[in-house]
Amino acid sequence: MRDFQVLGARAPRLDAPAKSTGQAKYADDLTMSGMLHGALLQSPIAHGKILNIDTSKARKLKGVRAVVTAREAGLVKYGVSPARYDETLYCHEKVRYVGDEIAAVAAVDLETALEAVELIKVDYEELPAVFDMFEAMKEGAPQLHAEFPGNVTAEVHQEFGETGALMAQCDLVVDHTFLSKRQDAAFIEPHSCLAVFDLQGKLTLHTSTQVPHYVMRTVAMVLRIPVGDVRVIKPCVGGGFGPKSEATPLEMSACLLSKVTGRPVRMNYTREQVFLHSRARHQFYAEMSLGVKKDGTMLALRNKAVLDGGAYTSFGIATVYYSGSLLGGPYRLQAMKYDGWRAYTNKPACGAQRGHGGVAHRACFEQLLDKTADELGIDPVEMRLKNVMVAGQATINELNMSSLGMKECIEAVRDGSDWKNKKGKLPKGKGIGSACGFFVSGAGYPIYRSDTYHSTVVIKVAEDGGTVTVLTGSAEIGQGSDTMLAMIAAETLGIPLECVRVLSGDTEYSVDLGAYSSRQTLMTGHAAKEAAESVRRQIAEVLSVHMGCDAAHITFRNGNVLFRGGPGDFEKLRQGYIKEHRGWTDPPGGDYLTFREAARLAFLEKGTLVGTGKYKPPRLGGAYKGAAVGTSPAYGCSAQVVEVSVDLETGQVSVDNMTDAHDCGLAINLTSVEGQMQGSLSMGLGECLFEEVKFDSRGRIINASLGEYKIPTALDMPNVKSIVVESNEPNGPYGAKEVGEGAIMPTIPAILNAIYDATGVRINELPVTAERLYMAMKEKEKKP
Amino acid sequence: MKTLIQLTVNGEPVEAAVDANRTLLQFLREDLELTGAKHGCGLGDCGACTVILDGKPVNSCLVLAVQANGRSVLTIEGLAENGKLHPIQQAFVDKGAIQCGFCTPGMILSAKALLDTNTKPTEIEIRTAISGNLCRCTGYQKIVQAIQDAAEAMTGKEGS
Ligand code: FES
Ligand code: FES
Repeated sequence: MRDFQVLGARAPRLDAPAKSTGQAKYADDLTMSGMLHGALLQSPIAHGKILNIDTSKARKLKGVRAVVTAREAGLVKYGVSPARYDETLYCHEKVRYVGDEIAAVAAVDLETALEAVELIKVDYEELPAVFDMFEAMKEGAPQLHAEFPGNVTAEVHQEFGETGALMAQCDLVVDHTFLSKRQDAAFIEPHSCLAVFDLQGKLTLHTSTQVPHYVMRTVAMVLRIPVGDVRVIKPCVGGGFGPKSEATPLEMSACLLSKVTGRPVRMNYTREQVFLHSRARHQFYAEMSLGVKKDGTMLALRNKAVLDGGAYTSFGIATVYYSGSLLGGPYRLQAMKYDGWRAYTNKPACGAQRGHGGVAHRACFEQLLDKTADELGIDPVEMRLKNVMVAGQATINELNMSSLGMKECIEAVRDGSDWKNKKGKLPKGKGIGSACGFFVSGAGYPIYRSDTYHSTVVIKVAEDGGTVTVLTGSAEIGQGSDTMLAMIAAETLGIPLECVRVLSGDTEYSVDLGAYSSRQTLMTGHAAKEAAESVRRQIAEVLSVHMGCDAAHITFRNGNVLFRGGPGDFEKLRQGYIKEHRGWTDPPGGDYLTFREAARLAFLEKGTLVGTGKYKPPRLGGAYKGAAVGTSPAYGCSAQVVEVSVDLETGQVSVDNMTDAHDCGLAINLTSVEGQMQGSLSMGLGECLFEEVKFDSRGRIINASLGEYKIPTALDMPNVKSIVVESNEPNGPYGAKEVGEGAIMPTIPAILNAIYDATGVRINELPVTAERLYMAMKEKEKKP
Repeated sequence: MKTLIQLTVNGEPVEAAVDANRTLLQFLREDLELTGAKHGCGLGDCGACTVILDGKPVNSCLVLAVQANGRSVLTIEGLAENGKLHPIQQAFVDKGAIQCGFCTPGMILSAKALLDTNTKPTEIEIRTAISGNLCRCTGYQKIVQAIQDAAEAMTGKEGS
């Protein structure tokens, strides 16, 4: 029986009042006296040799304080994965996409900086370019990187079990292919940063990032300054969703320009530059075969992937591994074979985005599952239930499902959507579809090979004992991590939530790998819990001496201290506290010794009360190549049922109802869990129905704006029936695990399966625009 | 060449000399340091820069500062009174309508402009009123609920 005081509630977020009044500060809201403004010169062509860069005119422009190119910046290679550092801050020999950075300028104002950028003269020798992932891997294609011949950034070949032999034993083998499109994360806040070198030569970078820690390390490495001299502070961030999970040329340019000029430098991406920098969702091609028994038991899966990576690797190695590994569950398979390739093309680099690497392949697989169920004459929900894994099982690729409410999620959406009365019974033009998915609660390994802790947390108690401050480098980017940490600290210390303050997003506070791979709740949550336990233990030790009560029998609840479950005789301690605070108007009262009095006593004996906590996952996963990607201490999972209406005259799809169930372990803050679920669904709906970054024949993005690149508006999203399914995750703090990414997994296939139900047409290419669906329906009519 | 403008911002008279091409958003954020209105695109696509101009919600990135001459501007900073949140702000906080918060000021002001003219909006009227304010985080559901709650709280208050 759980008995929480703070957890499992609907807590208003700590940062909501400031965000509702405009007081919350984002990077673009910060200014400093003497601040300069920076601007970037980016390549206008998709592929070319740089013959010469002439900055003389720009340098002479009045108001310009610095112009930097590869000559000033140096050529330190960087990227996300050390195995594929394939970027330099500025291009020196070649440009590889429209938008590749060549130089940066700092000037007294933005207009002057932009004018100076125009005055930099670059001579190019244009090279043939390649924009299609399949073309890029063909013989004779233009080559992007000499070090990676054939334009293959990463290649994966894995087999678990005997796929061929098992396929031969199957009663039925069904195939499906699927093509998704490049998506943009379209967070509403464009990247922004402000860098300042102080007179001691120490750098502080304020930046809209998901990962202050990795930005700190990359900036230090590329600009060749000691890590300890770099402080990265993340103010409020206006959404990340993945692409803000790596250091940007914007940040490094601002730092370099500040170093050169000795002045603070502010830099922003325009909305168009957000699209150019990208690092968002790849385009995926998937090809799969599923082998089953007549009764619907799944036996074997063959899976092939091709990813369009753009000009650099970014997160791409992990991405291409995820496309395979995340199909190991949530259904039992006896064999799985995966072959994946990620191609370089002359387009902006793709990286990690919500549901990293798994979304498109999940969409293909869940359609394939429906197709198979259809051929077998089995209800697709029943087929899912038949094959679903349960807690305690491991996937064929050795992902350990230490908790898994998958079955409960499927049942919840089946019942919540009234599936049984709708499936197969809706009129033509209306359809219902279902799908499942799961995701990691934090990557099992850091991006760079290291035994580092993934999170450390410091908790400090104010000298009067009344306020507890959580200090963490973790990144609140809108997902609610600050409030989650405050709740865990309050629960552990037995104090009300109002007594906790959170200072986060600063590399000076603690080590934290940041907000990516849905890791903050599980990993930072663990560290916060451990830090709070340390504080609690220190206070109990002091009290045990004064009260003559064994520390093991001292408990903390609702701001009170209990001795062997009762109040104990604490009058002397109270008098001592009140004496110290003569003249104060809020003396401690009540029948119990308060946390405040107890913590004050501990301070008087021990000095400032500080507790620290740390977390790193145990060694996880198999020993095969690539086993690190996909391993996690825990997995969240979700199921969805979607109902659509299709206008049979035009092919226009509208999503009428969505029923969504997610297992997040313990739901620390129910409101925030629902918020993550609903936000995930809207991002999935957009990707499914209208989002696509488009290019012209020369590699220029033709819809690099939020007007041309459509994301869902309030009129596109239906109300979602959100069902929180709770399990008790043994590896999570208080049983908690992820919700921010797993929730997007079923959305696209559930919509596609519903469209099939409505029209009898299987769409295997995104986005499902009215035109695409209309043409597919016409095509089907033609066939006998 | 600068032009002298006089306007009311959050109830206070303001006088300033501005360049002809300066947007109202730049004027508010940079000259008046009212950074609650956000710059999400600068093209009128996202609504993060929404302020209320003479009672109507506008994208302040598309309005020139000189066009605000003689008019009245309400920004998010002008909504809370004496440190007490406006009912719409309070509903956004209570309902969990705020995640990253970047869309929030614009969203709240669009909601205010709606509720000022329509005290009992239907769900579709609410969705239409905020359809120019993009939110990538929430899926809009909790925002719509917050606006419904605020409408109730505000009419309840008038009725009593
Ligand atoms: S900044 Fe004005 S609409 Fe986007
Ligand atoms: S809360 Fe992040 S954009 Fe709306």
